[in-house]
Amino acid sequence: MSRRTFLAATSALAASTAMTVPRWALAQGAPLKVGFLTVRQGALAAGGKQMEEGIQLFLKERGGMIGGRKVELIIADTGGNPVGAKTKTQELVERDKVHVIIGPLAAFEALAIDDYIGQSKTPIISPSAAAEDLTQRKPNPWFVRVSCSSAQVNYPVGDYAAKTLGYKRVAVIADDFAYGHECVSGFQRAFEDAGGKVVQKLWPPLNVADYGSYVGQLKTNVDAIYAGFAGANGLRFLKQLREYGIKTPVVGSGTTTDEGILKQMGDEALGVISGSFYSAGIDSPENKRFVAAVNKDYGADPGYYTLGTYSAGVLLEMAVKAVGGKVEDKDAFMKALRNPGAINDPRGTWRIDGYGNPVENIYIRKVERKGGKLVNVVLKTYPNVSQFWTYNPKEFLAAPVYSRDVPASKFLEP
Amino acid sequence: MFDKPLAFWLIQSLNSLSLGGLLFLLSAGFSLIFGLMRIANLSHGAYFMLGAYIGLSVLRAGYSFGVAMVVAGLAVALMGGLIERFVIRRLAGNPLAQVLATLGIAFIIADGSLLVWTGDPQQLPSPEFLQGVFRLEGVAFPKYRVAVVGVAIVFAIGLWLLLEKTRIGAMIRAGVDDMEMARGVGIPVSALFTMVFCLGSFLAGVGGVLGGPILSVYPGLDTDMLPLALVVVILGGVGSLGGAFVGSFIIGFIYTFGQTLFPDLAYMILFLPMIIVLAIRPRGLFGRIGA
Repeated sequence: MSRRTFLAATSALAASTAMTVPRWALAQGAPLKVGFLTVRQGALAAGGKQMEEGIQLFLKERGGMIGGRKVELIIADTGGNPVGAKTKTQELVERDKVHVIIGPLAAFEALAIDDYIGQSKTPIISPSAAAEDLTQRKPNPWFVRVSCSSAQVNYPVGDYAAKTLGYKRVAVIADDFAYGHECVSGFQRAFEDAGGKVVQKLWPPLNVADYGSYVGQLKTNVDAIYAGFAGANGLRFLKQLREYGIKTPVVGSGTTTDEGILKQMGDEALGVISGSFYSAGIDSPENKRFVAAVNKDYGADPGYYTLGTYSAGVLLEMAVKAVGGKVEDKDAFMKALRNPGAINDPRGTWRIDGYGNPVENIYIRKVERKGGKLVNVVLKTYPNVSQFWTYNPKEFLAAPVYSRDVPASKFLEP
Repeated sequence: MFDKPLAFWLIQSLNSLSLGGLLFLLSAGFSLIFGLMRIANLSHGAYFMLGAYIGLSVLRAGYSFGVAMVVAGLAVALMGGLIERFVIRRLAGNPLAQVLATLGIAFIIADGSLLVWTGDPQQLPSPEFLQGVFRLEGVAFPKYRVAVVGVAIVFAIGLWLLLEKTRIGAMIRAGVDDMEMARGVGIPVSALFTMVFCLGSFLAGVGGVLGGPILSVYPGLDTDMLPLALVVVILGGVGSLGGAFVGSFIIGFIYTFGQTLFPDLAYMILFLPMIIVLAIRPRGLFGRIGA
């Protein structure tokens, strides 16, 4: 056969093949573009890495396909600041034309891109940013959260501290920014509703060099100390607290002893009670499988960052399947993301409320040493906790957002 | 406010002293470099952090805390010396470019540390014999913090002896006082620059290890510590060892007591004194030249 004949034959064959494939199948063949906002520099880098691990594990388990479409994950490093978050989000939407965004890490980043997300109508799944108002007083129809609101995990801690542990007087110390304020407010409301009293509140700045001066101020005539920290600060505070020989029991938000940071702690973390929507110690077959997979690939237990992006993948998959792969129909896709029905992932079974926030079990955990490793053992489960706890949503939303002075502290002692 | 028990004052005083001790190690080098070379070494915080990370690795390799301090100090000193010779010297006569270069180096060190030691915050364990507390009159003083104060004083004495009693020290003081005259008199200024940069970096590296058990080691430690060094040096006076010493402890006390007695002013409490000093006496308490 001559070269010319060969070329003619193959091009005819190619043309005929192209013509027989239906156009809808061609669209399905186009990849599902998922934008991923993470942080790879500075103090938030550790959390960002765990986020990446969660989504990579999910995609690996699905062979890189969701709902019959190949996933193209476009990773963007926001640098952990609002300007970077805004810039990268714009790039993902306008240059890369992503169908959905997973991220960002920090609440202040989420707030910075909130307007743009609304304008550009980009579905966004937040695996972490816990700022209350994102699903309360400033709701965005294009936003859905798979983690929690800051106070949501702390109401059970306050309830447990008063009713089960019988604590009456607690001193509170937390990071002086919105997340710390909201965590404390959640704890305080539930704790005082159950008869407890918050007798002291300390607010160390986020980047304080030395916790010694705060440890020196903490009252010793209290039943417990509530510690509301995230990242390195919890590690530093607990170490200094025990270094001073203070034996008061500690309760805290889930981020104080999250698995992601627990592995860097020592004996100072033993006995700390916290509340979170996840614990690597949850005793279910699905969680055991997940924890084993994370340990195999990344050498450590999953914390809420890893679980957050993994379950963002679970939700994404449910939504993509619900619209039959046609994520280009944004309204239908967003509707599926906000109303997936019951979701099953390593934390258990949960669903999404009308504001885009999870209604989920909150686990009360205690740090213990098992097999030479520090783990969060689940002591009690508070089932189906919403961001409003036991309060009436309308009244809740009519009141101002939680801050340092909301709710007011009625029992502070000099 | 003044009805607090004696224990409160004692503990916060110890906190102030130990913080002051760490600040001294951090800022003494910064002050000397600034005083002699007229460069605000913006990578100084990064050297402190790098020293802490290197110390961490040395400890993990099984060596003692003392060894960790020395190795970290020497490693950072070596890095400082190389940077001074091959980066800063090339930009001689252009102080702005030199300062920007040190800022760039700070970013590089920070990112490099992230690569090598990961972004997880890490504990630097204090030596076994210094763990626990001294109990005096029912008040618990962590042993390690007392030791930090001691070590800082030893370094202060050593540096004072170096500056006051050795020929090299005299040359450094001459250079700080009047660079032109010093050159005219035949002092080998280039070699002196490298030496002082190495010395300053050594102090920062050792300080990082010493501070590790109190501050822990994490990305962002550099940017948390650098402003403190600046405040100390401005307060105490550029180029003055005595200024760095006194300034460190003053800032240690202001920082610690300020946070406890005026918690709502926590952010201002440090920088207010600095602004006051700049307004009233720009060269600081003991400084010879304007900051």
